Amino acid sequence: MADLFLVLHTECDGSFSKAALESLSTAADLSSKLGSAYSVGVIGAGASAAADAIAGCGAEKFYTVEDEAVAAPRYSSDTKASAALIKAADAQIILAPGTSRFARCMPGAAYRTGAAVDTHIVALAVEDGKISAQRWYYRQRILTTLSRADRPWILLVDGGVSDAWQGDAGSAGAQAVAVDFGDADNRVVIKGVESPAVDAQTIRPDSAILFVAGAGWTKKQSDGEYHIGDAGVLIQGFLCKAGASLGSSKSLVDLQSDGQETLSFMSHMNQVGQTGSTPRHAKGLSTCCHGEEPHAVGWRFINERRAINTDANCGWAQGKADVVYIADAFEVMEKVNALLS
Amino acid sequence: MEGLQIVVCGSLVPDPLQTLEPVINPTGPGLKNETMLPSVLDPWASHSLYEAANLAKQVAGSKVFLVSLGPKAKLQQLMMTVAQKAPFELVAVDGSASGFTDAMDVAKTLAAAIEAIPGLDKGKMLLFGGCSSASRDAGVTMQLVGEQLGITDQFVGVDEIKMQDDGSFSVLERIEGGQYLASTCPSMPAVLAWATGSLPEPPNNPQIGMANMRCVMPALQKAKPASIGVGGISFEKTEIPAQKRDTRIVKDVSADEIAAELVEWIKG
Ligand SMILES: Cc1cc2nc3c(=O)[nH]c(=O)nc-3n(C[C@H](O)[C@H](O)[C@H](O)COP(=O)(O)OP(=O)(O)OC[C@H]3O[C@@H](n4cnc5c(N)ncnc54)[C@H](O)[C@@H]3O)c2cc1C
Repeated sequence: MADLFLVLHTECDGSFSKAALESLSTAADLSSKLGSAYSVGVIGAGASAAADAIAGCGAEKFYTVEDEAVAAPRYSSDTKASAALIKAADAQIILAPGTSRFARCMPGAAYRTGAAVDTHIVALAVEDGKISAQRWYYRQRILTTLSRADRPWILLVDGGVSDAWQGDAGSAGAQAVAVDFGDADNRVVIKGVESPAVDAQTIRPDSAILFVAGAGWTKKQSDGEYHIGDAGVLIQGFLCKAGASLGSSKSLVDLQSDGQETLSFMSHMNQVGQTGSTPRHAKGLSTCCHGEEPHAVGWRFINERRAINTDANCGWAQGKADVVYIADAFEVMEKVNALLS
Repeated sequence: MEGLQIVVCGSLVPDPLQTLEPVINPTGPGLKNETMLPSVLDPWASHSLYEAANLAKQVAGSKVFLVSLGPKAKLQQLMMTVAQKAPFELVAVDGSASGFTDAMDVAKTLAAAIEAIPGLDKGKMLLFGGCSSASRDAGVTMQLVGEQLGITDQFVGVDEIKMQDDGSFSVLERIEGGQYLASTCPSMPAVLAWATGSLPEPPNNPQIGMANMRCVMPALQKAKPASIGVGGISFEKTEIPAQKRDTRIVKDVSADEIAAELVEWIKG
């Protein structure tokens, strides 16, 4: 029986993502706090070679599923493979990185293994042998510490909880777990990943800085005119020069679905906040955003925050940003871009 | 293609502009003045409702059901606006809509309510909902409902569905780094847990509202009570961490100076 079990998946090139290696550090740390061994299961293309790449992580045993059926992410086959790994390891506490692939399939694997499941875990602690987990409720507004007596218990861990594991490769001697994939598991055909063109790739999770654009960029400016074209040039110029990731307020991307003229390189995928994403970056610069609570929600995991707004009463000034510049973002960003050139 | 049966799971969450404060009740955590807080239809679930209505319009003979678990009185209030957005038949279940409840309990209740819809043909069914709620924000309920209904073709974080005449369809799901996973599914049933999709919020349409209300009131009267709780979770701490920053306001400073300070910060 594996008290503690970590499930990982490979990327399509057989490597592990940063999220996977971070959760490996989390599992190793939890195992030492519990004073018990842990095992690792890997699904996906090249799973056994990937297990060898992390052989030095201290796991007691490795299990793999690397059939063609799990070469690409797909609910039916991933759920079956994950459930099979959990059963093969007779696992009690199961950790997994909260990637889109596992966020999709782990609830189903929980159902099939009779496990409880909690997601978006941001911290784990052990006291007197008891595990507790932290997660936010109400979209990053209320933080809870919770535990469960239920076993098995699956916990999907968010990015940024631990540093990515680094260590020696070796021979993991992984045990291949047989999974009987049938026609029902192969009905959905994966056509591939659609990526924006390189110059249109505005979402960069690994970037040090998040640049958030608000609806103000599309509003009438002090000369009584709209300057949407200029706004696009300034924003894209900054993204390129600073290597920043682009976020948006809801109001700005909603203009697009309402059919109004706006910034064509932005979509709902860029939206941060209550109904958008909650990205993790070391720094964040908000421009032309009012920055009230739903928006601040999306900034929960941005460490250093600065904002540019013409309005000294904007929400950012209410203890939400470190610095608020009361200025015209068009003027300031033009100069910033010039200095970065 | 014959008409689709699109079942949308969506409940209420506090209006995001409200300040939320946790309180500890005998049954577990809750929100201060929870019954008084104005509610909205859970945002991602509402996107899925608009997408369902749009799809139903394209395929003649289709029908949309909205399955909603929440306190009856609050559902009734919510329907005053939601019922004007899109044609649907309400299936109401009277129980807690708190984010602190256990998703497994919620999913069991929703699955039972869906199984009880008279004449529902799973071969023509698309099960829609939000990819995550603005309350529990776990992103697990739709998969759990799907599993209980025996549906193993599931898609999460959906922004697009394109139906073909033969009942097959293609889907775009959000994945990391602003990318999409593109796939095709040969037939229904399937679960689609939506992200934002691509449709704006429809304007209120009083005619649709009137038509819906004919079913809404009887559905609310028929709503069965469901006992939904925290399940196996023990909450040890529930708090709003202090997050007030000491904001420095920089005013009456030239754009040049601000730009220089910003660039130093960006590079630092
Ligand atoms: C159910 C629901 C969910 C929501 N989810 C989200 C969410 O996920 N994310 C989100 O962002 N919002 C969300 N909101 C909306 C939120 O409440 C706000 O309406 C929105 O964030 C405001 O966007 P904004 O700040 O870009 O626009 P505005 O409020 O219009 O503010 C524009 C700002 O730009 C400034 N400005 C204009 N010109 C300039 C200039 N030249 N230089 C500097 N500043 C300038 C103005 O002073 C103003 O403060 C949600 C709302 C609801 C009801």
